[in-house]
Amino acid sequence: MSQIFYSKDHEWVAVEADGLATIGITAHAQEALGDIVFVELPELGRNVAKGEACAVVESVKAASDVYAPLTGTVAEVNQAIVDAPAKVNEAAEGEGWFFKLRLQDPAGLTELLDRAGYDEFLSTLA
Amino acid sequence: MAKTPLDALHRRLGARMMEFAGYEMPLQYQGIMAEHLACRAGAALFDVSHMGQAEIAEIEAFSRLVPGDIAGLKPGRQRYTLLLNETGGVLDDLMVANLGAHVQVVLNASRKEADVAHMRGHGVDVTTRFDRALLALQGPKAVEILPEAAHLKFMDAAPVRIADIDCIVTRSGYTGEDGFEIGCAGFDGEALAELLLARGATPAGLGARDSLRLEAGLCLYGNDIDEGTNPVAAGLGFALSKKRLADGHFLGSKAVNKALAEGTTESLVGIKLEGRAPARAGAEIRLPGGEAVGRVTSGVFSSTLNAPIALGYVRADCAKIGTALDLIVRDKPLAGTVSALPFVPHNYVR
Repeated sequence: MSQIFYSKDHEWVAVEADGLATIGITAHAQEALGDIVFVELPELGRNVAKGEACAVVESVKAASDVYAPLTGTVAEVNQAIVDAPAKVNEAAEGEGWFFKLRLQDPAGLTELLDRAGYDEFLSTLA
Repeated sequence: MAKTPLDALHRRLGARMMEFAGYEMPLQYQGIMAEHLACRAGAALFDVSHMGQAEIAEIEAFSRLVPGDIAGLKPGRQRYTLLLNETGGVLDDLMVANLGAHVQVVLNASRKEADVAHMRGHGVDVTTRFDRALLALQGPKAVEILPEAAHLKFMDAAPVRIADIDCIVTRSGYTGEDGFEIGCAGFDGEALAELLLARGATPAGLGARDSLRLEAGLCLYGNDIDEGTNPVAAGLGFALSKKRLADGHFLGSKAVNKALAEGTTESLVGIKLEGRAPARAGAEIRLPGGEAVGRVTSGVFSSTLNAPIALGYVRADCAKIGTALDLIVRDKPLAGTVSALPFVPHNYVR
C-alpha cells in the first residue's frame, strides 16, 4: 500500500514502504496544460533537491517545468510518456507518472498535502 | 479588460479564457489539438471580434500609407496589405475589401487604435466600426455550413444576408483553409454564431488559431512582424504592388525599394524541428557549428504534421531551404531544417 501526497506545484507523490516515491503531475495540472506533446525526464541517478526543476512538459502552446517535490535520487523514469506524451493527459495520476525518487529524507513528506488538503488548495485557485 | 459581443456564448460553451490585446478571449473550448484538427477536417468557428473593422470612403489618402494597389482593387474584391512607417517598418498588416461605397479594413486588435491615429494623422477619414462582431468560419466544410456565401471565390467580399442578419462576408481567413470571415452588428453576433454552431461548426479558440496560422506560414503581428520589420525581410513581397513600387507614392517606399534592390540582412524562414520538443519565440538560432544567426519569432507543435515547427529570422545567407540549424531550448540545441512555407498546403477555393 502506498500513501499519496500532493504539492502546491501540482505534483503527486506515491510513497512505498521501501522509500521509493513515484512522482507525476496531477489531473488538474494536465487539464490546465492541455494537449501534452513533449516530455523531458531527468537522467537516472541524478540527485535532485526539493523544489528543483527536473522535468519539462510542453503543451501545444507552452512549456512548463516539473519540480521535485522531495529530495532524492532518480531511480526510474517513465519512458512510455516520452514516447507517447498524450498518456499524461489520459492518465496523469496513474500510467502517466514521470519518475521515481529514492528519497533521501522522508521527513519532507510532512510538508506535502493529503488529498483533502490539495482539493482545498485547488478550491482557492478559482 | 474588454469583452467581445460573444462573451456570454464563450462562457456558456465552457471556454477557457485568456487575455489577448486587452480582450478576454477564448483560448480553447475542448482542447487546442481537437479544435485544430476540426478546422483541417471539417469547419471551425472563431470569434475574432477583437479585430477592428473600419470603413474608409476616400481612398486616395489611404493609398499613400500602403504598398498595395488599393485604387486597382475591384468592387467585391479583398486584398492583404500593410501599413508602413517612413522607414518601411510594418505598423500593421490588414485586409482591405472594396465594398463599392467604401473600403472596409480589418485591423489587428493590438494595433487598431494606433492604426486609426496614424491614418487620421495622415488625413485619412476613417469611420471605426469597432463595436461590430467578426466571426471566422474556417475549414473544408465551411461552404457546406454557409451556402449563402458559396458564390464567393477566394478573396471576394460581399454583403450577404444570413438568416435575417445583414453581414459582410469575405472568403478568406487565417488558417490556410477555405472559409469565410463574417462581420455583422455586435448585437447580432451571438445569434449568428449560434446558427453556425447549430449547422455543425466546431467552436475554436485562439490556441488553435495560432497553431493553424503557423502551419499555414502566416505571420502574426507582434511576433513575426513589427515596426522594425521590413516587409521584404518578412517574405511579404507578395503584398508589394509593382506599380506602387514604381510610382513610389506611399510612406516607406524608399526603404522597401532599397530592400528589394539590395536585399536584407535577415530573412524570415520556416523551420521544421527533429524530435518532439517545440522551440518557442525568443529561442536563439545557431548554425550547427555554434555561430548565432537568428532567433525564433513563433513556435508551436504542429498537430497536422505531428512535429514542432517555427518561424524565425536568420541571417540572409542561412535562409536557403534545407539549411541545417540548431534552435537553442533550455541551453540545448534542437536540430532543425529551413523548410518551405507554408508547412501545410493552403486549401483556398479560387
